[in-house]
Amino acid sequence: MYTVGLFVPCYIDQFYPQVAISSLQLLVKLGCKVVVPLNQTCCGQPMANSGFASLSKGCDANFIQNFGELDYIVCPSGSCTLHIKEHLHSEQFPEKATQIQQRIYELTEFLTDVLNLTTFKGSFRHRVGLHNSCHGQRGLHLSSMSELVAPVFSKPADLLKRISGLELVVPERSDECCGFGGTFCVFEEAVSVKMGKDRITEHEQNQVEILTGGDMSCLMHLEGILKRKKSPVRVMHIAEILNAGYE
Amino acid sequence: MSSRHAQLAEQFNADEARTNWHDQTLWWVRQKRDRAANTLPEWEQLRQWASDIKDHTLSNLHAYLLEFEKNALANGVFVHWAKDAQEHNRIIYDILQKAGVDRIVKSKSMLTEECHLNPYLQDKGIDVVDTDLGERIVQFREEAPSHIVLPAIHLKKEDVSNTFHEHLGTEKGNNDPQYLTHAARLHLREKFIQSDIAITGVNFAIAETGGIVVCTNEGNADMGAHAARIHIACMGFEKIIPKAEHLGVFTRLLARSATGQPITTYTSHFHRPAPGKEMHIVLVDNGRSRQLGREDFRNSLKCIRCAACFNTCPVYRRSGGHSYHTAVAGPIGSILNPNLDMKANVDLPFASTLCGSCSNVCPVKINIHEQLWKWRQVISAEGLTAPSKKIGMKLMAWVLARPGVYRFAGKTARWVTANLPFLVKNKTWNPWFKQREMPEAPKQSFQEWYKKQQRS
Repeated sequence: MYTVGLFVPCYIDQFYPQVAISSLQLLVKLGCKVVVPLNQTCCGQPMANSGFASLSKGCDANFIQNFGELDYIVCPSGSCTLHIKEHLHSEQFPEKATQIQQRIYELTEFLTDVLNLTTFKGSFRHRVGLHNSCHGQRGLHLSSMSELVAPVFSKPADLLKRISGLELVVPERSDECCGFGGTFCVFEEAVSVKMGKDRITEHEQNQVEILTGGDMSCLMHLEGILKRKKSPVRVMHIAEILNAGYE
Repeated sequence: MSSRHAQLAEQFNADEARTNWHDQTLWWVRQKRDRAANTLPEWEQLRQWASDIKDHTLSNLHAYLLEFEKNALANGVFVHWAKDAQEHNRIIYDILQKAGVDRIVKSKSMLTEECHLNPYLQDKGIDVVDTDLGERIVQFREEAPSHIVLPAIHLKKEDVSNTFHEHLGTEKGNNDPQYLTHAARLHLREKFIQSDIAITGVNFAIAETGGIVVCTNEGNADMGAHAARIHIACMGFEKIIPKAEHLGVFTRLLARSATGQPITTYTSHFHRPAPGKEMHIVLVDNGRSRQLGREDFRNSLKCIRCAACFNTCPVYRRSGGHSYHTAVAGPIGSILNPNLDMKANVDLPFASTLCGSCSNVCPVKINIHEQLWKWRQVISAEGLTAPSKKIGMKLMAWVLARPGVYRFAGKTARWVTANLPFLVKNKTWNPWFKQREMPEAPKQSFQEWYKKQQRS
């Protein structure tokens, strides 16, 4: 049995609790012992990506305090996982920081590479569009990248395809950024929204009912645009779909 | 509050149909690049070789530059060293004056754009004609190129037709590309014949031979250099490669990355002046040695100016080259320009979502998106961040380092969103809400839910 620390990104904790609940339930169903450290907050990415990595020491220390003793750390966000992997830093406990960086997994990465999840008992009868978030894809290599001359693969798509009834549609621009980009979404509002609109247009043309992905931040941005235009397309984090498909 | 890039990008986005057209045109170039790359199973190996050769060269630049100079001099070429843009411009003006020339033709040189050579020479009464079609179009319009390979990509054929009608007297409303290029051709032929001096850029300079290589599709560099009495080739000093045998690695990558062609129409090798003629090479530093000294940013000098990072960049495609307000736009420009003038270009490293596509298409494997991130750190360390942003960041860092404060702040934010929506749903001061709805605030956070579960 695997003991897994669930790292819940701050915005998921506060605004999308169902994503964390689904992640927790799925991991438990798959036989993991899930620990939720209750003093966790944020990985520090919002500061670091704005040029203030120097201000994320407090977040780093808090993260190490909460997750320093766990065998596996799983997070339903490619972006936050990548931030920890690339930038977690501690003067006081450098070994612990390195250990965490080696033990942290994005959810679909953990399901694929550690748990070798290949069968889903339940079903999910919907037409689903997959949005590949950049940090999970280009940073954590959750799937192959359209720019490289390399074999094609996708951990999240492979999981989704195994769910009975789920019809997966990948857009033609399979890995174009949605435009969220952290604080980019407000400081470069015009371009950010245009990028999001263009992603949505493709998924709408594909007549998907649900738009999914591994990062709720990207989906939050796309959801905001979808709701403003009163689109029937709704967003669901991949953890919610995988959990629904594994009854 | 919004940055210069953000403001210019917002203006660009005012015409959505045109933004779509710009995005789709450049995406088409990106797709051509993908198809070309996929015809070579050894593509990733080529990128690695190109990166290694450039890394090696940058580490031994001093020796290779001297070797290049020695061999070029032996070939009968005049070699000039320019420490900055001013010196570069003055060197060229001196050559012009000595030769008694007051009109020149120019081709394929982003470096002269970087050095603002055109306005410098025009102020001194010199007639400068850019001979590459796109460059000529933007020159007529008194605009800067918006792309380093496709300088007039921000314009549609209707715009070109209007510009040519105004400057070349073509038929008004005739948008036929063939008609328009023919008119440009006649106009430029005359300029080639009249000009005694031709300036070209340099794609590669080979230390071992002292020769330079210019890659073009229109052949204007050749036309200019062969017709003129004096050929001046201007190059940033990072264009050096050690040996002729290394050239094939780069020519195989360059055109495929730039436009998806297997190779440019012309790959012209210049070694020595023709009998009775002169050839000059101007080696320019202009901040490059400073960049070479910045450990985190030095490998940006590996760039071969293919613009693949422009074409793939989802931000560039939807904000246009002029929004970067510099000679070299796009992701690579955003890591080069802060070195040239950090204060004027603080906005550029933030004109990115850090999606990383630029680094993946780069034929010389520059870690562009990581350098964008690092420039952000430098900019804030230099105190060049807006005070309001800095205060916001400090507050956020303080809250997020304290679990109790974080829980309280989260609860407050959810309560405000649910009960005082007018505070959040405000298009004037909440840029998120201008074109997007806010996420709904749940009654309880995950942690609150979890604690209840544990108790029951």
